[in-house]
Amino acid sequence: MRIERRLRQPRWLLVAVPAGSLVFAFFASGLVLLATGHDAVSSYRQIVDAAFLNSGALGQTLTQATPLAFTGLAAAAAFRMRLFNIGAEGQLFMGAIAADAAGLFLGDHGWPTAVVIFAMVVAGCAGGAAWASIPGLLRAFFKTNEIITSLMLNYVAAYVLTYLIFNTESYWRETKGFNASVFPTSKALPDPAFWPSATIHARGGIALPLGAGIAVLVAILLWFLYTRTRFGFEAQVLGDSPRAARYAGMRTRRKILAVMAISGAVAGIGGASQVGDFSHTLDADPNGLQKQYYGYTGIVVAALARYNPLACVIVAFLIGALQNAGNTLQGADFPSGLVGVMQGIILFSALGGELLVRYRVRVRRALPAVEAEAA
Amino acid sequence: MEVESEKDRRGAPGAPPPAAVVMRGIVKRFPGVLANDRVDFDAAAGEVHALLGENGAGKSTLSNILTGLYRPDAGEIFLDGEPVQFHSPRDALDARIFMVHQHFRLVEPFTVAENVVLGDHRGEGRTFRLRHRAIEERVAELSKRYGLAVDPRARVWQLSLGEQQRVEILKALYREARILILDEPTAVLTPQEADALFETLREMASEGRTVVFISHKLHEVKAVADRVTVLRGGRSIATVPAAEATLRSLASLMVGRELDTAAAPRARTAGDPVLELEDVWADSDRGGSAVRGASLVVRGGEIVAVAGVAGNGQRELAETVAGMRPATRGAIRIAGKAIRGGDPRAAIAAGVAYVPEDRLGTGVAPSLSIAANLALKGYREPHASRGPLLRLRRMRERALELIAHYRIAAPGPSAPARLLSGGNLQKVVLAREFSGRPRLLIAAAPTRGLDVGAIETVHAYVREAAADGVGVLLISEDLDEILTLADRIAVMYEGAVVGETARAEADVEEIGLLMAGGQDPRAD
Repeated sequence: MRIERRLRQPRWLLVAVPAGSLVFAFFASGLVLLATGHDAVSSYRQIVDAAFLNSGALGQTLTQATPLAFTGLAAAAAFRMRLFNIGAEGQLFMGAIAADAAGLFLGDHGWPTAVVIFAMVVAGCAGGAAWASIPGLLRAFFKTNEIITSLMLNYVAAYVLTYLIFNTESYWRETKGFNASVFPTSKALPDPAFWPSATIHARGGIALPLGAGIAVLVAILLWFLYTRTRFGFEAQVLGDSPRAARYAGMRTRRKILAVMAISGAVAGIGGASQVGDFSHTLDADPNGLQKQYYGYTGIVVAALARYNPLACVIVAFLIGALQNAGNTLQGADFPSGLVGVMQGIILFSALGGELLVRYRVRVRRALPAVEAEAA
Repeated sequence: MEVESEKDRRGAPGAPPPAAVVMRGIVKRFPGVLANDRVDFDAAAGEVHALLGENGAGKSTLSNILTGLYRPDAGEIFLDGEPVQFHSPRDALDARIFMVHQHFRLVEPFTVAENVVLGDHRGEGRTFRLRHRAIEERVAELSKRYGLAVDPRARVWQLSLGEQQRVEILKALYREARILILDEPTAVLTPQEADALFETLREMASEGRTVVFISHKLHEVKAVADRVTVLRGGRSIATVPAAEATLRSLASLMVGRELDTAAAPRARTAGDPVLELEDVWADSDRGGSAVRGASLVVRGGEIVAVAGVAGNGQRELAETVAGMRPATRGAIRIAGKAIRGGDPRAAIAAGVAYVPEDRLGTGVAPSLSIAANLALKGYREPHASRGPLLRLRRMRERALELIAHYRIAAPGPSAPARLLSGGNLQKVVLAREFSGRPRLLIAAAPTRGLDVGAIETVHAYVREAAADGVGVLLISEDLDEILTLADRIAVMYEGAVVGETARAEADVEEIGLLMAGGQDPRAD
């Protein structure tokens, strides 16, 4: 048996290998379940029920999947150009802060819902893009490693978020009411800033959040941008060979800035969607948004989707389903770590499957018999 | 695996000794390529045997099979008449077959002596504590005996490429190699070093070792080999005694057709200046100035060659004209108009085409498709985009046209560029640069590393461009190439143009003198 590099990657492989990896992952996870004394089949049934089939389960899954779709798309947008923006986490916080401010201000001043929502999306974009532009500028002009700077800025963004809730002068802090005087919380958004959701009347009603729709739209736009436009062409060349891009007369600094800003903007809409779709406040629990690690899980989503924006949406949905199931099922007979273990196994087998897309394993036939005429 | 001992081989006088190595019917397939197609090869003890062939003829594959790196799909190998099967490079080493690769396998922070014992699992290399003194003495002795001057205590990173190669050969000698394979060993050597190497190789052969010398340079093969095996397209074409072969006969065996080495004389009228350089200065990568006051004029339709020893600012000059490197002083005018320095886009817009020295790193985006690479510079033009949108179908059609017109051997327009061989990669670069309808073509070392057939093709395209009225600035270290192509020759030394002459009046000796920093005799 030996491993050879594939010269061509047949299209069917791009679907078959991830599907095969998934099957393998479930098989391997089943062994883990068995080893820990669980009935694998019934555990899987429980997971499927909790993720998709139970009353309200699908809505919960979408709630989990929506922010992951945004952070996954943000990571994919930058990684495609080999700009390793690890900062979707912080960019999402900044988007949430900006969108929350827009929602509070315009909502309180009696603007119609459509205008308020539009403003929140724009503010989310701007907040995320501005935050991502810091590592972008540093990278473009000082060749600073964006992995380090964007990662470090995540912590800064998290502290800014906490500060805006705790600071007495803060615009975002709730100052009225009994609860607010006991513990600092952020203001609740006024009604016009609530994002609507379409409801499908099945299985106890499935709410399709507006954010999920926006994520799909963003995915299509990103896919188009990267595969069908001059901008995408330049980004590809720059990602592959910065010297070749310069040689071809491309404006490399601008492109780095633009791609970082786009990546940040997408994460920022994720923050806006968090506020508008789900929490309706900057952060009810000071540790809520910060304990979700959407930004980091987004990197996993992007990697599993092979940086393809359309695949990001699907992967985000599946990871969201798994996390939702984990949250629902964790208890005495279903340890919370188990879902994490499964997620890890899925990631490993997906990345391992990647090898099969690029290489092929050929089982060696016996050497042809050597002719005896040699002499 | 079995190998006959030294004693057996020396025995049986009278009967012709079996060849030291015989490879018969070797077949090796790689995905999409038949690298070796029933190759036969044999080499005797005491012989320098050259393996000659173009890039991609299967020389490296064959030697990798002989050194146990690859296993053949079919065929057999005999050492001294005994069949052997190598399962790993270790087996080949045990049979005392050693290879000096083009890219050395040395540990840079280690000393020469340490590198020599590294991986040797007999004797000194096996002991837990290295006895440096003993190893160094042995290495010094070997290096003295074979004229391989190198300090055993020096660290490898301090050595020149020529010295590093000697370390590789010392490794082989230390292991008492019976068969030594050298893959294009002269690529990194100066002519003097190459001559010294040839002497060492002859010395080793005279002791009864077998030297396999891989090359695509005809005169070297003539100079050093006893016999030559020519490979072409993965097949062994012929084995001939070197003494009976001529350069021309070897070349035709290698490329499978007669070469037209005589430059077609051209009557050409030079047009208006397309490039004017006036006292141009530019920095080097390491600080300091690499280009120091270069002045030069290239007219439309003429080929001006810049000759010079590597590192005298030619590469930096080419990059400066192409806008990849800002000029710190002086004026650059393209077709009479001054261009913004350090801006490749401005240079491209002014009609400068540039074939860079570093094809894979600069000339193409290696992971992108051939179609994308053919559109790398023209992607803003109507043939690749309309407004902000790409025209993918049009790009693909254009790629197919260019692939056909320039005879690029490629699996298809969507295959990544890195899969192409050196010659075909260069054709992609040329196709793209020529199709941009340039005024000025800068070709930096356009044929470096290419085989004879590809060199001819590249030369033909450069001539064709000049015939179309394009001014060509050819930067080359290969004087033969310059004499073949150029109408005018400028010599660069220490960043400045120190002499200029028309091809018709060129005196090779004088050019050599100028390149070496000698004074221009006409200056006084």
